Amino acid sequence: MNGEADTTRWGASTPVTVDLRLSVNRDEYPITVDTRETLLDTLRERLDLTGAKKGCDHGQCGACTVLVDGRRVKSCLTLTVTLDDREITTVEGLADGDTPHPLQTAFVDHDAFQCGYCTPGQLCSAVGMLAEAAAGWPSVVTPDMNGAPRLDDDEIRERMSGNLCRCGAYVNIVAAIGEVAR
Amino acid sequence: MTTTTPSSVGSGLDRVEGLDKVTGRARYAFEYSPRDLAYAVPVQAVVARGEIHAVDVDAVLKCPGVIAAIWYGNAPRLASDDGGELAVLQSPRVAYRGQYIGVVVAETLHDAREAAGLVRVEYAAERHDVELRADHPGLYRPEVVNPDFPADVEQGDPDAALAAAPIVVDAVYSTPAEHNNPMEPHATVAAWDGDGLTLHDSNQGASAVRDTVAALFGMPPANVRVISPHVGGGFGSKGLPHPHVVLAALAAKQVGRPVKLAVTRQQMFAVTGYRTPTIQRVRLGADAGGRLTAIVHEAFEQSSTVKEFAEQTTVPTRMMYAAPARRTTHRLVRLDVPTPSWMRAPGETPGMFALESAMDELAIACGLDPVELRIRNEPETDPESGLPFSSRNLVACLREGARRFGWAGRDPAPGVRRRGRLLVGTGVAASTYPVYRRPSQAGARAEPDGRFTVRIAAADIGTGARTVLTQIAADALRAPVDRVRVEIGDSALPTASLAGGSMGTASWGTAVVRACEALLEELDRRGGDLPVGGVEAGADTTEEIRGQRRFARHAFGAQFAEVGVDVDTGETRVLRLLGVFAAGRIVNPKTARSQLVGGMTMGVSMALLEESVMDREFGDYLNHDLAQYHVAACADVRDIEALWVEEDDPHLNPMGSKGIGEIGIVGTAAAIANAVHHATGVRIRDLPIRLDKLVR
Amino acid sequence: MRPFAYRRATDARAAVAALSEQPNAMYLGGGTNLVDLMRLGVVAPEALVDVTRVASDTVEETAGGGLLIGAGVRNSDLAAHPAVRRRYPMLAQAVLSGASGQIRNMATVGGNLLQRTRCSYFQDVSKPCNKRQPGSGCPAVEGDHRNLAIIGHSAACVATHPSDMAVALAALGTSVHVDGRRGVRQVTMPGLHRLPGDEPDRDTVLDPGDLITAVELPALPFAARSRYRKVRDRASFAFAVVSVAAALDVAGGVVRDCRIAFGGLAHVPWRARLAEEALRGSPATAAEFARAADAELARARPLPGNGFKVPLTRNVLVRTLTELAETP
Repeated sequence: MNGEADTTRWGASTPVTVDLRLSVNRDEYPITVDTRETLLDTLRERLDLTGAKKGCDHGQCGACTVLVDGRRVKSCLTLTVTLDDREITTVEGLADGDTPHPLQTAFVDHDAFQCGYCTPGQLCSAVGMLAEAAAGWPSVVTPDMNGAPRLDDDEIRERMSGNLCRCGAYVNIVAAIGEVAR
Repeated sequence: MTTTTPSSVGSGLDRVEGLDKVTGRARYAFEYSPRDLAYAVPVQAVVARGEIHAVDVDAVLKCPGVIAAIWYGNAPRLASDDGGELAVLQSPRVAYRGQYIGVVVAETLHDAREAAGLVRVEYAAERHDVELRADHPGLYRPEVVNPDFPADVEQGDPDAALAAAPIVVDAVYSTPAEHNNPMEPHATVAAWDGDGLTLHDSNQGASAVRDTVAALFGMPPANVRVISPHVGGGFGSKGLPHPHVVLAALAAKQVGRPVKLAVTRQQMFAVTGYRTPTIQRVRLGADAGGRLTAIVHEAFEQSSTVKEFAEQTTVPTRMMYAAPARRTTHRLVRLDVPTPSWMRAPGETPGMFALESAMDELAIACGLDPVELRIRNEPETDPESGLPFSSRNLVACLREGARRFGWAGRDPAPGVRRRGRLLVGTGVAASTYPVYRRPSQAGARAEPDGRFTVRIAAADIGTGARTVLTQIAADALRAPVDRVRVEIGDSALPTASLAGGSMGTASWGTAVVRACEALLEELDRRGGDLPVGGVEAGADTTEEIRGQRRFARHAFGAQFAEVGVDVDTGETRVLRLLGVFAAGRIVNPKTARSQLVGGMTMGVSMALLEESVMDREFGDYLNHDLAQYHVAACADVRDIEALWVEEDDPHLNPMGSKGIGEIGIVGTAAAIANAVHHATGVRIRDLPIRLDKLVR
Repeated sequence: MRPFAYRRATDARAAVAALSEQPNAMYLGGGTNLVDLMRLGVVAPEALVDVTRVASDTVEETAGGGLLIGAGVRNSDLAAHPAVRRRYPMLAQAVLSGASGQIRNMATVGGNLLQRTRCSYFQDVSKPCNKRQPGSGCPAVEGDHRNLAIIGHSAACVATHPSDMAVALAALGTSVHVDGRRGVRQVTMPGLHRLPGDEPDRDTVLDPGDLITAVELPALPFAARSRYRKVRDRASFAFAVVSVAAALDVAGGVVRDCRIAFGGLAHVPWRARLAEEALRGSPATAAEFARAADAELARARPLPGNGFKVPLTRNVLVRTLTELAETP
């Protein structure tokens, strides 16, 4: 698929658009995007998938976190034009049909949110983070850089620090993730 | 019916909208997209004071996708114009850098944003003054401080009492400007339909936004509908409409299409309010036993030139401790700065940082334990008014907190405890917040299927309002919660007071209880005969609240902090934070704990990180994003716990509850600063406590 | 954001060729800094050449016993790589102390090296900045500069380089592989970045159109005893106030060799050669570590608002070296 997303024009003063096929939550969306469009704006303004949130639009808050090919990324810093052959998962795609993801259930049980605006990003980030830990990735607080990390509260706190929560639900977020992780 | 339903109030019901929030189904303001919509992007002033001479509208209109470019020169006039913060595009004057001076409307967000960045504005810039100083010649005494307290109060002869006191603490404390920064930036979707205006808006009170906007556009309130089912935090910054709401409505009117406008994170530092910086001098006089003989608390604050907002910084000092002589004052200076406004516990938060730090200094000066010092200065009645307290359990909070924290036997010597490369210390501070209640209306309806619907234009900004009102209604209706649905967040519902001042549950809960009672009476009268359309009853609490007996009503708390300060780097981390509160009856222990812990978490953030830096040369807040303005991240928050003591107060409201949205942040910064002193021997009197103040 | 064309390159030569066709084009890596700067209006390319699919996402052993790391390797993968964790722990720690998990999943090695400063004035197009707009002035000298440079700065610019990874790479003497219009070449760190002087708009010695294709870590067995210590205001997800990357080779209580670099102090990741020289052959004691720190920091010229960085850097270096010396 390499090269498919190229624009025909080279150099630009008026908007440049590209035709793509986006795969989001296992659904295919044929779409024409402006090259300037971020994944976050495409999801929210074009596909009516408003789960991913815009909290800063500069990669500084984490509310826009989604999974691309299973990895957590910031959709506000990801240009949609780069994603034509990637699988995107948003908070709307975490549940298995009507059965919520265990993290979604744990977040409700532990009251791991208040206003709810950072929550979709926290959830996608947590899904990605648990996969990273399972793959043996260390964090900067991992005592032994060469060993397998143990997901204690310190590890969860460090690994989840890319998702700000102004309501101050961190204590409950860590408890909810810890319950699913252990 | 003879069945009894167990009380729902007091149980830890999960948030009723919890599943909507974790699945992404809950929609926030900007997520409503009417047909044929256009995007509006504001233009901000780049001078801090001056006048706009011209805007090159024609050039902007040539940009791709642009529908309109609006500024003072071509904007419609508002019906009411007091020259204040909401008189958007009504004058060529620039009152502060970052002020909204225009708006570009375009077909797409990219086109609007790009064109707004290209707008050329000609200014006549004037010298600006943006620096708060305690000796500023422009300082004056405001008529009242927020919302309606006298600026100055004096009792006895504090100067004579200070001169005679054997022990005196005299210190200056300062707190920086801080920005609320809710995670959801302010946003408005405005759609006109003839003379009617619908706003999907992120706010703390749909009724208030409706009334304000209707007046500005010269319409009856009934012509405006404000819809806000989910709000991504506010912390005071969404309590009153800010200029973007007016700008969105104005732009939509001008282009004749629905318009979406989102305030950017950067813009929020100029146009959505913030906590004023304060400079505070506190003087405490005491006898050898630590009994206060005089308290003098003077605050210096700023506001903008377009609006007077005078924060009530020294007001909590009027009721905290007993003392025969007392003076509390506020002085304000109007600068060429953005307009400050409410931020979580305005007044109490900065004021109690100073007072509770000074109390710690006094404890050391007296050689007394700081818990004991506070207990010794517990007043019998409200020192200012002489009124009895409806309930006051500060001492119980201090004692219970000390017990749970392991305070007993604490060595007061500063700077002597080491844990590896950390200096470790503990500190305590008191918390307080007043109990308010405002008139509201509510409706309750018995549906033919046996369910109930309760309607009130309340706001759930993350507080759990929707959940606790469901519990309150269920008990009032003697029904299980799963048969009660509460509708909020819409100005078409019965008018309600703001989500602010920690008064939501008290105000709305009272109206809900009365409406439910009226409904039960109506059902009773009908003898169980329910018509096809159901039965509805309503209530208005204006008379009830006007008639309530006079008491000094306040919630109290005590916070205990343990900190570790790295000896090499000065990095301070809060190892443990415990808050014990007395806040009447707790309606929902699960959401209440979250509220209190959330407030304390914001307090940690305030203590260690938050500072909006005024750029003197350019006149704006320089660090205007979340990479530069640090709020606490997950790694900053370790062991925070909130508890409460039983408090049965019959003088409050039908629930017996006090507000808990704000008290959690009050006192946290002082508890941490006091712990830092205990750890290091260094007294930090100017927040935040960052490493540059401790490294050596 | 100005409209731009987009092309995806499949190999380095094609990328370089594509960029040379278009004067206002830029390479797009993870986009974590570039997209941010485009939205702020700090940069406004007319075209982007996406180099993330250039086959450069591998980590390979070199004949000399080092590692060759493709410029497209994501920060997370670099930090998780077993050979990096075992043989160059300070590099893994530096990468892991930067940004957040999400950003590390996106950011590439090449892009990380080419991050622009986080100076508030640079990022705000409504204000002057010599780095963004040469000749417009530097308001940071008189304005807020708590987080800015104390060493190697000029009257024109007091910005700091924000990367953590680059500090570790500078300490290691990493070789940066570059492909460009003049063909391929190598630049040895810390020589990639330059001090601001009179041309603060130039962050590096790279020419327009140059593409970083890989970084090569030299064989350095004693780097297995190395660490990265980052000091920051927030406990995580914050740029460094000051950081230290250090590797120490101690035998019989004497420093045989060492590598030291500082972050958060200068326009470049600051290789502390004077401190290294002072240490070689010295006893591995706290007093000697302090003397070495002083040797380097004697050149510091802090601004009125950031003098605290001098004792802070000294303390952190002494602490880091002490811990390394105590590591078995």
